[in-house]
This record gives sequence, structure tokens and C-alpha cells, in this order.
Amino acid sequence: MRENIHRFFRAARGAGVHVSPAESIDAMRAVAQVGVSDRTILRDALLLTLAKSQDEKLALGDCFDLFFSQPEPRQDQPEAEGEDASQNADQSPSSGAASDASAGSPPAELGALAQMLLSQDRSAVAAAIASASGAASLSDIRYSTQRGIFSSRILDAMGLQRLRDDLDELSATNPALAERLRAALDALREAVRDTVAQGLALYAREEAENLRNEILRNAPLARIERRHVAEMRALIRQIARRLRERYSKPRKRQRRGHLDVRRTLRRNAAWGGIPFLTAWKRKHRDRPKIVAICDVSGSVAQVSDFFLLLIHSLHEVVDDVHSFAFSSHLIEVSDILESKSPEEAMAEIMSKVGFGSSDYGSSLVDFEKEFMSTLTPQTTVIVLGDARSNNLDPRADILRRISERSKRLVWLNPEGRLAWGFGDSEMPRYATFCSVVRQCATAQQLERAVSDIVATYQ
Amino acid sequence: MAEQKPSTAIEAVESGLAAQGYIASRQIATAVYLSQQIEKPILVEGPAGVGKTELAKAIAAWRGMKMIRLQCYEGLDEAKALYEWKYAKQLLYTQILKDKLGEVLGGAQTLHAALNQLHDFGDVFFSKEFVEPRPLLQALEQPGGCVLLIDEIDKSDAEFESLLLEILSDFQVTIPELGTVSAIKPPTVILTSNSERDLGDALKRRCLHLHIGFPEQRLEERIVESRVPNISQTLRRQMVGFIHEIRSLDLKKLPSVSETIDWARVLVLLQASELDTDIVKDTLNVLLKYEADIEAAQPQITTFIAKAARSNVFG
Repeated sequence: MRENIHRFFRAARGAGVHVSPAESIDAMRAVAQVGVSDRTILRDALLLTLAKSQDEKLALGDCFDLFFSQPEPRQDQPEAEGEDASQNADQSPSSGAASDASAGSPPAELGALAQMLLSQDRSAVAAAIASASGAASLSDIRYSTQRGIFSSRILDAMGLQRLRDDLDELSATNPALAERLRAALDALREAVRDTVAQGLALYAREEAENLRNEILRNAPLARIERRHVAEMRALIRQIARRLRERYSKPRKRQRRGHLDVRRTLRRNAAWGGIPFLTAWKRKHRDRPKIVAICDVSGSVAQVSDFFLLLIHSLHEVVDDVHSFAFSSHLIEVSDILESKSPEEAMAEIMSKVGFGSSDYGSSLVDFEKEFMSTLTPQTTVIVLGDARSNNLDPRADILRRISERSKRLVWLNPEGRLAWGFGDSEMPRYATFCSVVRQCATAQQLERAVSDIVATYQ
Repeated sequence: MAEQKPSTAIEAVESGLAAQGYIASRQIATAVYLSQQIEKPILVEGPAGVGKTELAKAIAAWRGMKMIRLQCYEGLDEAKALYEWKYAKQLLYTQILKDKLGEVLGGAQTLHAALNQLHDFGDVFFSKEFVEPRPLLQALEQPGGCVLLIDEIDKSDAEFESLLLEILSDFQVTIPELGTVSAIKPPTVILTSNSERDLGDALKRRCLHLHIGFPEQRLEERIVESRVPNISQTLRRQMVGFIHEIRSLDLKKLPSVSETIDWARVLVLLQASELDTDIVKDTLNVLLKYEADIEAAQPQITTFIAKAARSNVFG
């Protein structure tokens, strides 16, 4: 049983539940207390000791049910969900020699596996699959492409070779029996495939997710496929959560060493002003104030979408955000983003200003005319755009005034550095007035950029 | 106890808590049983009003132990949670003992000798006499053990969490002047949290994690039955069914168990024998605490009552 619990820990890690060695020790102690006979109690005990949040509880509960699911007998086939029939079966077989338990009705000269299949001894087959998948170390499976190799390894460990020989022999001597054996072999293949699929579901989830996230993080945002957009949004939310946790610390910090005389005297009035209790001066930390100006013309729209989603998921960290979107002219979009779901909000913004050809000059004029008052000396202005102004007047002078009025001016450009300044790109001209200019094409770069901006306020 | 079968032991916990008027689900009972067996604190999370604090009270009453409660809030520090020196008393004693001190030190010729004599005194003023134990230290000093309730840990600062770690894992605290104080008998520790912020992994790792959500209909009926015994069975079914319908709405604050019990009391007080639209409208403010929520629920009342009555027929 201990083996099984350990394998369950691995499966739990696969399901995304963090199980540290200390936690596994605790879980083992808990299991020792409650025993393994009552599965619902066992489930509760493991959920209590291993899962640390409601989400983890759900994931772990599913994992538990999958892990300890019993073989469902289908028709009269020796069908088995295999390796985790553990509850009753794992003690019986000695690993490797997968097959000493079998009934003796079929001809005795056949191999052990063939005999087992023909006698339709379900639990023996299940046990054999379990021990064979143990021998093939199924719990090491990581990618779906490995399914074939693990299936064949398990079948080999069960003695497929011998079975084939038997089959050849039988088709000559006893065709009817060979037919039965062939059918049983097909069923066995299926069972093994199911076992491997289950193993994949149990052990490989974490790896697969990490891999996918890693690829997504480094994929260019502008050219992301439609079917990945939802996953990308989830990833952006994850990033937002990480940033929130890192930066949403209390805003007051005690400054040790600077006595707050007034508060100290007041607090110690009871002792005639003798300072038993000291009060120290506190330092207030500002939360970032952000003005985001995003290009939503065709080429940059997708990146702006993700950027706005990220900025607006940072409520706990960022005090106030004013967002503006433009392509040929500029509007404020903060309210739309606050009140609607990301999908709807983006659709509305796009219908209002999106997809035009971008005109940085006139958009900056719009901003100066109406919204210049949103800028304070504490504000960080973030401009997101490729600075391709279709050869219209870039009005870099307005950008200079914006930069003078604000704390910092950060320009995020989704294009690679090589392309800056070529064609109609006005990047070099704008760059002179920016505190920071950085490339921002992938989720990873986006995270770094936003993280740096927030960090300057800490 | 150890020889007992776990399932019967868990049932014993369940019935013990039930005797105190706390109807526990099996998960809760398992958590209580395990925390006792492997001596780990329980971290209880869940929406407000589902009986997180009540659980601690029920355990204390059931085991006949004292309950020590530490309410957390922003800015709570070790002086308020753990221990503090009795400054005023120290000051007073030094004043009173001034003459005595003079006597003791009078014989000394040099400053060095006086200092040595002072050392012989020992650290009188920093001894146990002058320590004011706060809830955490009190809990460790209970000879018969106790139930320590650390309420709403999510409201405290992250620094305070780290302060708790030593207590939670080893049931001891270290006071620099006195050394380490270990628990006479490890207390049963219950921490509650409304998930206002994520707690640190280090804290979570040391606890059994128990999530109490809204109870199922049957369980909630039993809770109402034990808390408000004089309510009729039909009304109880109807009102619990109604509340379950309300919870399916998208509201700012869903009514939780404490609101159910309040409402049951109100209905008994108004001598209602059945739910009808008028009485629900009049008493809806017991259940819902926001104007917007009440407005959202108003138009649905009649349908919900009908649904609740229907489920009553089959249930």
C-alpha cells in the first residue's frame, strides 16, 4: 500500500498539487492513523493534508478518483483499467514474472500469458498489467508521443513474444482456439492502451502544461493563433497574480531609527512622558499611477489587448489606471475595460477606434487636448505601439511635453529592434523623449516590462 | 483511542460536536480527528458565516477545555499576540526597591564591585513575574491543554504569519530574555481565514487545510433543527430550500448558515407556519445585506417559494 500512496503523490504532483517531502510525511502519518480500508476517509485525509487551497482540493479529488478507479468489466473481455487495481490486486503478483497465477483449462503447452487470456481470469490479467506497467516504469511517462513506446514496453514485459509464438502454432493446429486468442489479444492491447492513457493523464499533466506555457510565454503575441487566445488570457492572468503577490505588500513601512516624537509623547502620557513605548516614523509608499496609451491598429491590436488585460488585472497593486486606445484618433477606454469582460471590452474598443491605419500625430494631439490633466508627477506613462505613423507628422514635441509632465515615459514596441527606424517607423525620434524603450513581443517580455514599472514605486 | 477503528472514532467526533449543537460534515469530523492524532493545527477557510469560529467553540465545549481566542487585525504584533513586559510594574518596583538597592550596593567600594553585586541579583526585573502573557503564550501555559482559535489570520500582516510558524510546528515560543517556552500540553489550534489574501506556503504547510463551504440541503436542515428546535418541519424544509435557490443567484454576498439560522429565528418569532411572498419580502433583509442584492432577489421570490415547496413534496 505504501508503494501506491507514493505513486499517488507523484500523480498529485502531475495534477499540479504541490507536494513537498514534509507534506508527504504528514500525509503518511495521517494515512497511518485512518487506515486504508475506508476509501472515503482515506480521500478526506489525503485532501486535508496535501491540498492547500480549494482549487487544489478539486484537482486532487479528481486525481484521487482517477488513480483509484477500479477496473470496469466490459462484456466478457478481460478488460482492466490496470495498474491501479491496486486495492485488492497489488499484493498477489511478484513483479516482472507477470504470470504465475492462472487456471489450467486451456492446453498446457501454451505460454502463461496465453493461458491467462484464454481462461478469462480478469483479475489476474489486471494484476499482470499492473506489474508490467510497474516494470516499464509507466509513472515516468511525460508526453503524449510516448504512448506507443510505453504500450509496447508493457506488452513486452507481459510476454507478448511468447504469445505470438503460441498464436502461430495454434493457427496451424487449432484454428478455433487461435481465433479466440487473437480476439483476447486485441482486447488486451486495448486494455494496455487505456492503462497508458490513464498513466499519461495522471503523471504527465504538469509536464505538458509547463511545456505549453513555456511555448506560449515566448510566442509572439501579435501572431498568436485564435485557438490559443483563451490560453494566453489564462497565462496573462497568472502573470497578473504573480505580480500582485509580489508587489501588493503593505504600503506603510516602519523606518527604524527615525523617532516620531509627537506620537511617542502621546503614547507615553500615562508614564509622565517617560518613553517606554516608542513610535517610529513611517514611510508611505505610493502605488503606481499608470496612464496607458495603446495603439490598436491592425498590426499591434492583439498585443494591446493582452497588455490592457494585464494592466487592468493589477488592481491591488496599481492605484489608478487610465487607458487610452487609438489608431487614427484617441479615446479613453478605462470605463469600458472596468465594466465589461475582457472579450466584450476589446470588441467594443475595436469597433470604436480599431483597425484603422495608425496616425500617431493626430492621436497625440487628441491626448494633449483632452487628457493632459490626467498626468501628474507620480504618473508613469506607458505607450504601446510600433511607432509606424504612415509617414504622417509624428508630433514628437507632444511626446516631449508628456514626458516632462510625468514621472516616467515607457515605450513598449512589439517590433524587433532591428526594424526600428526603417520604413515609416518613427521610433528613433520618439525614443529620445522616453525614459525606457523596450521590445515587448512575448508574454515574458510583457511581464518583465510591467514588473519593472511597478517595481520603481516600491 | 489508538486502538479504536478510525471510522468509529470519526463518528464519535461527529456526535460529540453534535451534542454541542454543531452539526459537522464528515470532512470536518475527519479533520478534527486527524488534527488530534497527528497534532497539527487546522486551517479553516470558507465564506463568512459558515461556522468556522463556531467549530472552535464546539470543540472546546466538547472536550471541556478552555478556549483562547486571538482576533487578528492589521498591525497586530508580538506585543499584543505573544507577550509583553509589564513596564509599569517594573518601573514601580524599581522605585519601591530603590532603598533596598542602595543598601545592597552600599558596601561596594568601586564601580566594578557594585556592578558585580548587581549581577548577583540576577535578572529580577526580566523574570516571569514581569511577563504579561498574551493569548499565544497563555495557550501554551494551560496545564490541561486548550483550544487556541486564531481568528481571521488573513487580516494580519505577513510578518505576523512568520511569528506563528514556531508555535504551529513545535508548540513553543522563544522569548529572548527567558528562553524557550514549550507547551505543557499541545493546544488544539484552529486558524480561520476568509481568503482575503493568500496565506504563505510555510503557514499552509504546517496545517491541515479544511474548506467549509455552504452545506448541502440535508445538512443545513439538520443544523437549523439543532439551533432552532421549535421550528416546524415543513417550514424548515421550505426555508432551507428557498435559501438554496437564493444561493444560485449572482449576488454580492450570498446568505450563509448564520443568516439561515437568524432567518429561522425570525420566522419562528413571527409565528409563520409557511413561507409566503409577503413574509419573505418583509424579512428578506435578514438574509441579504446589500440593497442591490435585495433588488436582484425581489422578482424571483415567488418562483423560488414555489420551487422550494415543490422540492418539499418529493424530498
